Parts: sequence; C-alpha cells; structure tokens
Amino acid sequence: MNYEAVIGLEVHVHLKTKTKAFCGCSTEFGKEPNTQTCPVCLGFPGSLPVLNKLALDYAIKTGIALNCQVSEFTKFDRKNYFYPDLPKNYQISQYDLPICNDGFLDIEVEGQPKRINIKRVHLEEDAGKLIHKENKSLVDFNRCGIPLLEIVSEPDMNSPQEAYEYLTLLKSTLEYLEISDCDMEKGSLRCDANISIREKGVTVLGTKTELKNMNSFKGVKDALEFEIQRQVKMLENGEKIIQDTRLWNAQKQETFSMRSKEEAKDYRYFPEPDLPPFIISKEKEAQLKKSIPELPREKSARFMRDYGLSNYDAKILTYSKIDALYAEECLKAYANKEKKLMANWLIGPLFSEANNRGCNLSELKIAPDNLVKLIGFVEREEISNLSAKTVLTEMINSGNLAQSIIQEKNLIQISDSGSLEAIADEIIGANPKSAQDYQQGKANAIMFLVGQVMKKSGGKANPKIVQEILKRRLENA
Amino acid sequence: MEKYNLTAHELIEQISKKEASAQEVADSLKKRILDVDPKVKAYVRIDQPHQTAIQENNAPTAVLKGIPVSIKDNICTDGLNTECCSKILAGFKPPYDATVIKKLKAAGATIFGLKTNMDEFAFGSSTENSYFGPTHNPWDLECVPGGSSGGCAAAVAADEAILALGSDTGGSIRQPAAFCGVVGLKPTYGRVSRYGLIAFASSLDQIGPLAKDTRDAALLMNVIAGFDPLDSTSVNIEVPDYTKALVNDVKGLRIAVPKEYFVEGIDPEIKGTIEEAINKLKSLGAECKDVSLPNTQYAVPVYYIIATAEASSNLARFDAVQYGYRTADRVKNLIEMYNRTRGEGFGEEAKRRVILGTFALSHGYYDAYYLRALKVRTLIKEDFDRVFKDFDCILTPTSPTAAFKIGEKVKDPLKMYLSDIYTISVNLAGIPAISLPCGLTKKGLPVGLQILAKPFAEEMLFRMAHTYEQNTEWHKLKPKL
Repeated sequence: MNYEAVIGLEVHVHLKTKTKAFCGCSTEFGKEPNTQTCPVCLGFPGSLPVLNKLALDYAIKTGIALNCQVSEFTKFDRKNYFYPDLPKNYQISQYDLPICNDGFLDIEVEGQPKRINIKRVHLEEDAGKLIHKENKSLVDFNRCGIPLLEIVSEPDMNSPQEAYEYLTLLKSTLEYLEISDCDMEKGSLRCDANISIREKGVTVLGTKTELKNMNSFKGVKDALEFEIQRQVKMLENGEKIIQDTRLWNAQKQETFSMRSKEEAKDYRYFPEPDLPPFIISKEKEAQLKKSIPELPREKSARFMRDYGLSNYDAKILTYSKIDALYAEECLKAYANKEKKLMANWLIGPLFSEANNRGCNLSELKIAPDNLVKLIGFVEREEISNLSAKTVLTEMINSGNLAQSIIQEKNLIQISDSGSLEAIADEIIGANPKSAQDYQQGKANAIMFLVGQVMKKSGGKANPKIVQEILKRRLENA
Repeated sequence: MEKYNLTAHELIEQISKKEASAQEVADSLKKRILDVDPKVKAYVRIDQPHQTAIQENNAPTAVLKGIPVSIKDNICTDGLNTECCSKILAGFKPPYDATVIKKLKAAGATIFGLKTNMDEFAFGSSTENSYFGPTHNPWDLECVPGGSSGGCAAAVAADEAILALGSDTGGSIRQPAAFCGVVGLKPTYGRVSRYGLIAFASSLDQIGPLAKDTRDAALLMNVIAGFDPLDSTSVNIEVPDYTKALVNDVKGLRIAVPKEYFVEGIDPEIKGTIEEAINKLKSLGAECKDVSLPNTQYAVPVYYIIATAEASSNLARFDAVQYGYRTADRVKNLIEMYNRTRGEGFGEEAKRRVILGTFALSHGYYDAYYLRALKVRTLIKEDFDRVFKDFDCILTPTSPTAAFKIGEKVKDPLKMYLSDIYTISVNLAGIPAISLPCGLTKKGLPVGLQILAKPFAEEMLFRMAHTYEQNTEWHKLKPKL
C-alpha cells in the first residue's frame, strides 16, 4: 500500500533577552548551578512575576516574520503540573489567546515551493534542569524562567525532508531576527514532532504519536523516518497505532514509548491572575514591523536577481544572516559580471574553513578585497586552484596578504611548457600502465597522470597545460 | 496611662514631643503581651517575642517613627519566620521583605511580634484553622476572633498591638475587625502591593490595616499604599494623604442600603444595630436610600470556585523541594514524597480547598464552574458599578452575626463560609471597604458596620467612617481582660 506521512512540528526557542521572562535574573548560559536565581524564578512564596517587555516584543516580531496575525489582546495562563524542575509547580504559559496565530512559512522541497501553515506562536517560561547523580537528584534553576517561544505548525508536512526544510528555514528566520541563538546543543532550540500516516488520497487523519528528545535537525529527520517505517509496519501487520509520546534514542536509532494518551496530564489551564492581560496596539505592531530585516527568502531571491546566482547558491549563501552579509560584500567587491566563481569560493573553501574553525565567514578575517585579489591570481592562471586553497588557509592563519604568501612560498604556477614536458615524460615513463589505459580509450586514466605531475611539481604546475601536454604526448606516441 | 493603651497617632505625638520613646512603647507592648496573650493567643511565637532593631530614622518620611506594627503570618519578613500558620511552611524564613514591610521600615516603624495568628493560608473565618491553635476573642475568650486575620484583630482589640497588617481575600480583615471591635480596611484591588504576601487567591487578595481608630488606619494606609513595579496588578494612581479625608462631615453624601444584605440569615440584633448606625448618619446629614444588588446571592458560590481554583494552583509550590516541611518518612519515589509531605503538611481546610479548586479547573468541568464563575463575577461587579453611579457609598453589616463560639462551626464548613456572605462581594468586585465598630450585642460582643465605595475611593470610606466615629463612642470601648 502507498502511505503518506502527516507531520506537525512544535519548536521551542530561548529568546536572547539579557534577563529572564518574569524577573531580573541573567539568562547567561553555562554559569554555576543556581547562581542566576531570585525569589521570583525560584517560585518563593509571595513573589510575583513581571513580564520582560523585550520578550513580548521578540514574540511579536517572530509572529510578523512568520506572517502571523498579532493578537491585539493577549494574556498568560498557568499550566499546572508537578515536577521538581518547576518550582511553582505551574508554568506561566499561554493557552487560548497566544500572542500570534495563523501564519505560514514558504519552504522549498526539491525545487518545489510549499506553504507550511503556522498555528500559533506563544510565550512561556522555561523550567530548570535536573541533574541525576548516583542516587541523588539535584536541581539547577539557572534556566528556570528564561523566556521561551513556542512555535506550533499545522500538520502540513508530508515527509521528513519537508520537516527538515521547515526547521532549517525557521531557524534561519529566527536568526535573522536576532531573537535567539537557536543552538540545539545548548538547548536554546528544541523540537517535538507529531506524526501519523494514512493511505495516499485519504483525507482522514491517522492516529498520531508525539516524538521527543531529538537533538539535531538530522535527529528529527531520522526519528521521523524511523517512526514512519514503524507505523507502516504496524498497519501492514493489521495492528492499531496507539496514541503515545515517544522518545528518540539517537544511538539505537529508534523511538520508544514514554507514556500513552491515557496517562496524559490534565494541565488545568486558567488565566494567570498575577499578570493582567496585555493590549498590543496597532502602532506597536507597525513599529516592530519596521524593525524586521530582509528575511532569508527575500535575500536569497535578491541575490539571484542582483548577482545572477542559482537558486541553490543563493539559498546557501543566505542561510545565515551574518554570512550573507559577508558574502554580499564579496560579491560586490568582485568586479566580474559573472559571479559564479566568487560564489563557488564562498560556498566551497570559505565555508569549509569556517566550519573547521567553528566560526562564521566574517570571523575568518579575510577582507573581501583580499579575497578578490586571491581569486584574481587563479583567474590569471598564475597559481593553481589547489595552491590558492593553501594560500587562503595561510591568509586566515597569518593574516598576511595573498601576494606575499604566493611570493614567499614560490607558488607561481609553472605554465612554461618546456619544464612541464620534462616532468610529463618522466611520469609517463614511470606509469606505463596508466599511459596504456588512456591510449586504449580509458579517458579517465589521464587524470591520474595529471595528479602525478601536479604532485611532482609541488602543486605548482598549471593543470590545464599539464593535461594538454600529456594528451599530446600520449596521442602522438 | 500605659503606652500600649494608646493609638498610633497619640504615640506619634508623644514620641515627637519626646514624652515617649520607641523603646518604651515596645517594652510596654511586650509587657502587655506577656500579661494577656496566654489568654488571647493572638501571636504564634510568643515564647520568642521579636522586634526588629529600633532604627533612629529622623527622615521627614519616617511618619511611623517608633510605632510597632504587628504582621500577619502570611506577609514575608526577611529572615523572620513566615509560615502562614501551616505545618507545611514550618521554619520558613523568607530571604526578602514584602514591599509593605520595606515601606514600613522606611517609615521608621518597628516590625513587631513573631507573628499574628491566622487560619492556615487564610483559609477560614475564625482563626481556628491555625496549625498553632485558635486565637480567642478578647471580648469573650470562648468566642472566635473571626478570621482569617483573627490574630491581628484580637491583638489590636486587646492592646497587644498598636497597628497590624492583615490580608483580606473574602473578608479576612473586615470580619475579624467587626468581631473584635476594631477598624479594618480592605483597600481597592491594586492599591497596595501584594509582593511578599503569600498568595491565597491572587485576584482577590489585598493587604490592609487593622487599627484602633480610623485615623490610625489612614496613617498606615499612607505608608503602605502605592504602585509597586514588582506587582503587575498594582495600579499606578497617586496616593492621596488619607488623613486629609478625616473630616467630621457627611452632609449631602448619598448612602445606598442594599436590601439583599438584610434578609434571611441576619441576626435581628445585628440588623437593629446597623439600622441605628444608618439613622445616626442620616441625622448627621447623609441621605440614605434602599437599593438592590441582585446578584448578591451568587457571591458565595462564585467566590468558593474562583478562590479555591487559584488557591489550588498557588499552593502547588509547597512540595518540599526547596523549603518548608518535608515528610520524615523514607519515601520510594517523587510522587510519594509529594503525597506524604502534602498529606502531613496541610490541614483539613487547606486540603478541602485544594481539592475543590483542582476539581473546578479540571478538564470537562472548567466551563461549567470556573468560566461561569468568572462571568457571574462580572455581573456582581456591574451591580456595584450601577449603584455607584448614584451613590457615594454603600452601607451593610460586616457579618450576619457577632462572634460565635470556638468549635461551633468547625464541623460545618458551609455554615462557616456563610459568615463571610457580606464581605465576599467586595473582593469579587475589587472595590474598597472598611469595617468599624458600631455597637455591642446584649452579650457584649462588638458589631461591625461595613462601608463600601467605588474603586480607589478609600477617602470616601475614611470620611464616612471618621464622621461616624467622631459622633459615637464605640471605638473607645475596650474588652476587660
């Protein structure tokens, strides 16, 4: 049978405010346990919450960026449940009147556009963290009260890839707004998934399960893949899917049941009496709307338009706001009308260097003009592509300019036929098998010989000329 | 005359004239407590009488310089036991002062006594639900002082306190003030910061003064009222000088008398006494007219849904994780620790209310109970809005009866709940109200007159109450102990 998955995602992000949602404590990550607490976030008797106005602004901005309706009237509610990391044993959250609702995000899957609707965006406070040691459990309340935005999608995704694309664009959008670090490792972005399957063409929804504990976007994708297979197998075996909450085990690459629906809690939501409702004026909304920067999809479209980049290149270059900023400076500094070579340099060697160093492009500290100069050497065929990559690494490490590194290391490409012919002859002589292979029609065999010549020349040989010489020599032999 | 016999305004005058010192006042009060509190039991930790160091505060803002103020056990005092008279908060010493305590300290007052007795978490109308045992009414030691601020009211009545701070969620200042023959004010919701008041029902709670006369209540209000950035429900409206409202003049003021407050359930003796008080105010030039507050009958059920719902959530934090009582038994798991701790730590009434409130908020019942109660609450508020369009204040009895016997209603919670029938609507509507003594029953128990006004019209309450006080002697009567 042909099945289709129906997926909805619930994303939680920490807002990047200096202080917590309802008190003045710092939100800084990684401090000594329980050093960033006060009677309010510890839920001490008699303490009262006061809303961090910036957190509210961030929530509104997110709503606007996600094409939501911003509520004119919003309020907080208490979500009641007992757990030791929740000192009041209720969480200040939002129930029926979230700050924003009814938005969407337009993603792209295999080149095809798809709209994922967003049900709601609401603000709440995070809980603390339990630390289990031997037979003791300790609580660290530093995280308790950090403002958390919950973004709930409609079940509009039909494949793990769509879920992945949605998460990627959502994260990118939130980073553009500079409202969250969106760092899954630090727990500043968390994602739960609801998934059910149904026969293709059927409109009724199947029984869903909720997946938790995914620690990366890849984890989300893997967990969804697994869960689809599991559910398909069950249906094909004539079993019924049980509505439950399941945890993803990344090591075993499988999900296992945590609790069934029967055990689902009754949170007894009711309006938080300690916080009067908030009115969000149209003026306020308009003012915040003005502060929204060009968002990833808009920027990527503009890169295609202004710099003639492919959809693929533009998307990669605009994923991160700070990288996009640097990329655009480079694209501008690069005088050539055809920008493809610069885009390749950014997407290839520069991203790779940044990845290795765990930093962004601008942190490599290569001024766009200097990158353009480096590329110039390649374009004039004065140095090989391979050498240029070495030069780039050296530029990053030493802070020196391309020119001086090339001179110092004597990297100017050997394009002089005479000296290259000598090397080529030597290599052909040393590798008769490859030479023979080429002559018998294995065109690829020449690449091995080119590589050997390059090696012999210390990477300085001009590969294009080397290939020409080799061809000439082998074909005329 | 002993210092403890005096009012705050009399002591302020003596201290300013150097006829008395803060130390003398404190010493006199301590002596009085040692004398009579073994009978009254207004304070819960009498064996360790405490007072903060008397500060030499000569700033012009030190308007309560040297004046002892007694504090209900649910208002946080930095480093001093604050236990809501519950076992579950045994030994709890808050790491901070409530905003009202900070203000009192800044005004030069002495935080006095460790602390006044109350019904556990303010759940009750008799102070019998205290983990420390009941307080006795100074007018008749076999009677309750009312509640939940029964300790405050009894202490003021017995001259064991000069001034006291209580809290009022459904009548918890006014009803004990009436039972003990003192003045008690429930301010407008949002007039006084709740920061540091251990919450019972957050949308109803207010801190307010209990005092020997209206002037003292006004003096205390001058200090504690005002906007607090730490309390999002406090309102940023300028605080007037309430003593300026203490004039002896009610000519032309329009008083409404709601007929629903004089029907079945009211003790005829109370009815008669209140009618006399109304006649007195008429004779002083006020105009009185009967009105109707048609939704009054719903106040008690609405209150017991909203208040218990909020309480069930507010009391969830007492889980033995960070502070307070934890079961001594070895427990197998977390749930058992919660269950044992809360089972052993909460008294019967606290458990009853947590269960009631949890039920009212439960899935499938929320709309029928909580949501409906919120709607009726709006109707009750609209009743008042309508009357206040044409009237300056509303006059009612504070309670349908005078103080009842200790133990009389303990077995019948519903009967106990009905003793707040005249005070509860005020909290639901968020309006201010004052109770002041207006007579004695044949048995010699005090009767309270309640005056209600529109939001932030505390000055009207003071004007009306003060005029009545100036023309009667009830506030000067003292119990024999």
